Amino acid sequence: MSKRVVVAMSGGVDSSVAAALLKQRGYEVIGMMMRLWAEPAADGLAHNRCCTPGQMADARRIANLLDIPFYVLDTRDVFRRRIVDFFIEGHRQGVTPNPCLECNRHIRFDWLQGHALALDADYLATGHHARISRGPDGRYQLLRAVDRQKDQSYVLSVMGQKQLAHALFPIGDYCKSEVRDLAREFGLPTAAKQDSQDLCFLGDGDYRRFLRDHAPELLRAGPVLRRDGTQLGEHSGLANYTIGQRRGLGINSPVPMYVFDRQARDNALIVAEREEQGARRLQAERFNWVAGTPPDKKIAAAVSIRYGTRPQPATVTPLDQSVVDVAFEQPQVGVAPGQAAVVYADENCLGGGVIRSAE
Amino acid sequence: MPWFTQDFGNASSLHGPGRKAEQAIEDARETVARILNCHPGEIVFNGGGTEGDNHAIRGGAWHMRHAGHGAHLVSSPVEHSAVGETLVRLSEVQGFTHSLTPVDHYGRCTPDALLATCRSDTVLASFMLANNEVGSLQPVSELAGIAREQGILFHCDAVQAAGQLPLDVFELGVDLLSISGHKFYGPKGVGALYLRSGITLESNLTGGSHEDGRRAGTHNTPLIVGLARALELAEQEREEHVARFRRMRDHLIEQVMLRVPGAELSGHPVERLPGHASFVLDGIDSGTLLMHLDVNGVAASGGSACKTGNPEPSAVLLAMGYDERQATGGLRLTAGRSTSEDDIDYAVNVLASSVEKLRRLVVAT
Repeated sequence: MSKRVVVAMSGGVDSSVAAALLKQRGYEVIGMMMRLWAEPAADGLAHNRCCTPGQMADARRIANLLDIPFYVLDTRDVFRRRIVDFFIEGHRQGVTPNPCLECNRHIRFDWLQGHALALDADYLATGHHARISRGPDGRYQLLRAVDRQKDQSYVLSVMGQKQLAHALFPIGDYCKSEVRDLAREFGLPTAAKQDSQDLCFLGDGDYRRFLRDHAPELLRAGPVLRRDGTQLGEHSGLANYTIGQRRGLGINSPVPMYVFDRQARDNALIVAEREEQGARRLQAERFNWVAGTPPDKKIAAAVSIRYGTRPQPATVTPLDQSVVDVAFEQPQVGVAPGQAAVVYADENCLGGGVIRSAE
Repeated sequence: MPWFTQDFGNASSLHGPGRKAEQAIEDARETVARILNCHPGEIVFNGGGTEGDNHAIRGGAWHMRHAGHGAHLVSSPVEHSAVGETLVRLSEVQGFTHSLTPVDHYGRCTPDALLATCRSDTVLASFMLANNEVGSLQPVSELAGIAREQGILFHCDAVQAAGQLPLDVFELGVDLLSISGHKFYGPKGVGALYLRSGITLESNLTGGSHEDGRRAGTHNTPLIVGLARALELAEQEREEHVARFRRMRDHLIEQVMLRVPGAELSGHPVERLPGHASFVLDGIDSGTLLMHLDVNGVAASGGSACKTGNPEPSAVLLAMGYDERQATGGLRLTAGRSTSEDDIDYAVNVLASSVEKLRRLVVAT
C-alpha cells in the first residue's frame, strides 16, 4: 500500500509543486491548510496573509487539479496563544522575537504534524527549501537547500529526530527557477506568483503599527543613552527600533550612532558608534540539537545569527543540554537577542537556539 | 432527458416546441400539487429552497406591511440560514423587527411559546417542518393553528422533510411551504413554493409574467420536470423507504451510543426525521472529525457545512442549550436509499476509531 503523506498547502508555488511531486512519486497525498489567527482587517474579517480566502481558493483549486482531498484546519486559537502572544511578549522583554521559528516548533511540526500522524499519515510534507537525509549513524540530518539563496534551514533548526523522521521537503532538491518550471510542467496556475514575505499575521506587514494597536503599553517614551549613560535624546518606544538601526533615532550627535541595545528594565535605548558595534560572543538558550544530543566537546562550525545571512566561522561550545556558547572569529554586527543562532557544519544544520545575550 | 438534449422550446413561446415545454411544466405542477394536496395554481417553481424561503418571507413581510398590518416577524432560533439570515436582513435594513420563539433541548417549539412571542403587529411566522442539523420535527400543524387564530401568515420550510414526511398542506394548515428538488433525489437548483390561493406576495423577481407574475424568469424545463418526477417517485415509495430509513437510523444510533464514548444523541429521540441521526461529541472539533471520516470514505456533515477552517459553534445547538464546546462537536449522519447495514457498521467503526484518535491526539495547545 502506498504511503500516506499530508502536504501543508498555502496556495503558493512551493507547496503546490511539493504536492504534485509527491503525487507523481506514488504517495497517497492529502492537502491541508491551517486557518491561522489574523488581526481583523478593515472589512471586519480576519485574514491571515498565509490563508486569505484567495489563497484558500487557490490551494483548493490546486488540490482539485491534482485530484487530492483538501481540508482546512482551524488553528486560530493555538496560533494566537503560541505565536502572536509570544511575539508581543518578546517585545515586552525587549528582544527581537522570531515567530516563524516558533511557528515551526509549535504549530507546523507539533500541532499540524500531530494531526497528520493521527490521520494515519506517514509524513507531513511542506514546501520548505531544505533537505533531510540520514547520516552514517542512521540519524536524520537537516541539510541546507540546494538553492542556497532560498535555504530555510534557519527556521527549521527547531526540528529534532522525531519531527524529521516524519517530514518531507520535496522541493529542497531544486532551485527556485526549477520549481517554477516544474509548476508549469504540472500545469499549476501559480508559476508566476510572488514569494510570501513578512509576518503572516500582520494585516499590513508593519509590526510597529501592530504593537501600537495590540500592546500600546510597550510603546512608552524613554531616554536614548550612550553606553556611558550620557543622555542624547528621547525614544518613542523600544519596539520601534532594531539593533543596528541608524536612521530615525532623532538624536543630535556629531558622529553617526547606531542602536546597540534595548534595555527593557529601564526602558532605555542604548546607542553607540560604529566602532563599538559588533559582538564576538553570544549565548543561545532553548538550543535544539537536530541529532538529539549536543556534541561532547566544543566544535568548529559556522553560525548564522539572522534569517538569510551567511553562516560565519565560530567555535561552538555546549554549556549544557540546552545552552550554547558561540565565539566568532570576526565580530558580528546586528546580533539581536530573541533571534536564533543556528549552527552549521558545512551544509549540515546541527541545530539552533534563541540568542539570550551577546558581547 | 429530452428537455436537455432535444426539446429546447421556451415554455412562454406560442410556437409548437414552446407549447410542448409548457405542457410538461403544467403536468409537473399538477403532480406536485397532487402530492401537496393543493391546487396547481398554488405552486410556484423556483431555483430551490433558499429562493422559496426568501420569496415567502420577504414577499409576505413586504405585502403585509404594505397592507398596514404591521412589521413584526416571528420564527425560531433553529431555522436554516435561508430563513434566519433573511429575517436578519429584513430587520437590519428593511425596517422590520423579528422575535425568536425559544426551543427546548430537542430544538422544538411549543404552541404556547409561539403565542407568547406573537404581538399585535406580528404579520408572519416561519417554522421548519424538520430540522436539518438535529432532525427534530416541529409541531407545525399546531403552530400554524396558533398563527391562523392570530391572523398571521404562516410559512413552513419543508426542505429537509420533503420525501420523508407527508407534505399535505391542508393537514399542516400552512399558508406557504417551500421544498427543494435535491432533498428527494431530484435535481439540484430547483424548488417549489406552495402559495395558498388568496394570498398575495410581493414578488422577489420582477420581469415577465412567468408563474402568474409571481416569479419572473424563463422556466428551467428539465429541472422542473425532474423535480416533479422525483417527488412523485419519492411519494410512491415513501412508506417503504421510510420504514427502512428508520431501521437504519435506529441501528446507527444504537451502535454509536454503544461504541463511541462521550457521544450524545442530539435532537428528539422519536419525533425526528426517519433517516437522520445527529450527535454531540464532547471535546471533538467536528471539522477535524469530518476530515477523518472523509479520508476513510464516510461522507458526513457537522453543524453546518464549513470548508474554511473557521467553524463557529452551531447556533442550533447553542439555542438548544448546549455550551460552546459541545456546539462545535456536532455530527450529522443520514441514511439514504442505498445505505446498507454494512455501510452503517463500517461508518460506526471509522467514527469510533477516529474519535479515539482525536481524543488521544496530544499536540501543542
